[in-house]
Amino acid sequence: MKIIETRDLTRRFGELLAVNRLSLTIDEGEIFGLLGPNGAGKTTTIKILTTLLPPTSGQAMVAGFDVRHQAARVRKMIGYVPQLISADGTLTGYENLMIFARLYDVPRQEREERVRQALRYMGLEEVADKLVRHYSGGMIRRLEIAQSMLHHPRVLFLDEPTIGLDPAARRTVWEHIINLRQQFGTTIFLTTHLMDEADELCSRVAIMHLGQMAALGSPQELKTAVGRGEEVTLDDVFIHYTGNELDNGGNFRDISRTRRVARRLG
Amino acid sequence: MKFFRSLFQQIYSFSNKTLVLAELEMRKLRHDPTELLTRAVQPALWLLVFGQVFTRVRAIPTGNLPYLDFMTPGILAQSVLFIAIFYGISIIWEKDLGVVHKFLVSPTPRAALVLGKALSAGVRGLAQGLIVVVIALLLGVHLNFNLLSLLGVALAVVLGSALFSTFSLIIACIVKTRERFMGLGQVLTMPLFFASNAIYPISIMPSWLQVVSHLNPLTYEVDILRQLMLVGGTGTYQIGFDLGVLAAITIILVLIGAVMYPKVI
Repeated sequence: MKIIETRDLTRRFGELLAVNRLSLTIDEGEIFGLLGPNGAGKTTTIKILTTLLPPTSGQAMVAGFDVRHQAARVRKMIGYVPQLISADGTLTGYENLMIFARLYDVPRQEREERVRQALRYMGLEEVADKLVRHYSGGMIRRLEIAQSMLHHPRVLFLDEPTIGLDPAARRTVWEHIINLRQQFGTTIFLTTHLMDEADELCSRVAIMHLGQMAALGSPQELKTAVGRGEEVTLDDVFIHYTGNELDNGGNFRDISRTRRVARRLG
Repeated sequence: MKFFRSLFQQIYSFSNKTLVLAELEMRKLRHDPTELLTRAVQPALWLLVFGQVFTRVRAIPTGNLPYLDFMTPGILAQSVLFIAIFYGISIIWEKDLGVVHKFLVSPTPRAALVLGKALSAGVRGLAQGLIVVVIALLLGVHLNFNLLSLLGVALAVVLGSALFSTFSLIIACIVKTRERFMGLGQVLTMPLFFASNAIYPISIMPSWLQVVSHLNPLTYEVDILRQLMLVGGTGTYQIGFDLGVLAAITIILVLIGAVMYPKVI
């Protein structure tokens, strides 16, 4: 079954075409990566698929429901970890999880057990009763992923899951993402602009450029297609499809947001 | 039958989720109560300085109440208003983080999110109200400690906070940045406070201002408080009418807020 299906998905902000006729199908159980430079339309795409933004035109189905007309049904089926920090620093890790267990209709009898399980699974048991503002960046990300998994969603959306993390913390988060798919069969849709992240995690990737899909395939397929026999990395693939102007992506607002997140996590 | 069961379930789920958000606020306050204390300074100054001076002036007709008693409900309502009217900034703050996004992606009705925020503001309002009551007691204001009246005071404070915080949320969803919001908040608090019966009776105002005051929800909040909080306190309207006005405006604002809230991102 196709767990995510979009047809000619388009989103306009005034003059700007953030997403331009994106058509995409994703199978259940994939780890799918959406790559692209800043401003390519990755976050807009994820916001449409998670019902945060209505598309201007075109269609998107998630877990069999239309994101525009059946938004409430879609929301029950998905988990979402925004790019920005979404855990509440003034509460403990346990409280952060408990609140979302209730917002996601986890039955009362099961809540305590699910929250404990999530804490154990993400290796946060020991800090469960500490305020989240004292957590490290990697711990915050793991808590956020735990929050978004409490209701066992069919699809998990991760927007730049390892932004601002150091390499060790990044690797732990990767391991947890891979485990989630193995244990629960969750489909994972993530955006990133780290090529090694995509290479490591994703079964298939799409490269977006200026709101359109520039390439689609497994990391290996893309490398073969671009390399023509030569040994290339996913970085080369990325540059091949998005143009090699070094510094064209990201405006002031994007950059200041990214840096702010990085500072909080670091 | 089936229809009623599912309706009941929806209402149960709606109120449950609303309460989660109010509980969240209570937990935050418990983790860090210092904020409450700093907020106590302003009403204390109003009562201590302004109240003491105007008690001597005797320029304001307050019936048979001492002026300090007369203004205490007004200052309570004012300090709750100030907290509530700036509550929207927390929504902008949560938007700059990713908290709002995560709430919006959860299967929680928008109206429950907004009402939950409103009740959270009510929780803060109650904490603030308690502080004002303590200060008033210390200053020798003749307070009424009838249990039913206290409940009525609490209800008025929660409703008032819910009303003004939801108003604030709607503004935050429109202006979207902290700077613009702060500017607007300052502009709004002054007329809301002074064009009301908080520190003088409406009857001494010029007639155009009387009209404005009657359109100002704060007037109805103060009217309840003045009747219930004080020994010998009197008001203009029936308490039921005042509560009805506040509740109706709150419901309308929550419905508008439910439409506006998803637009904040």
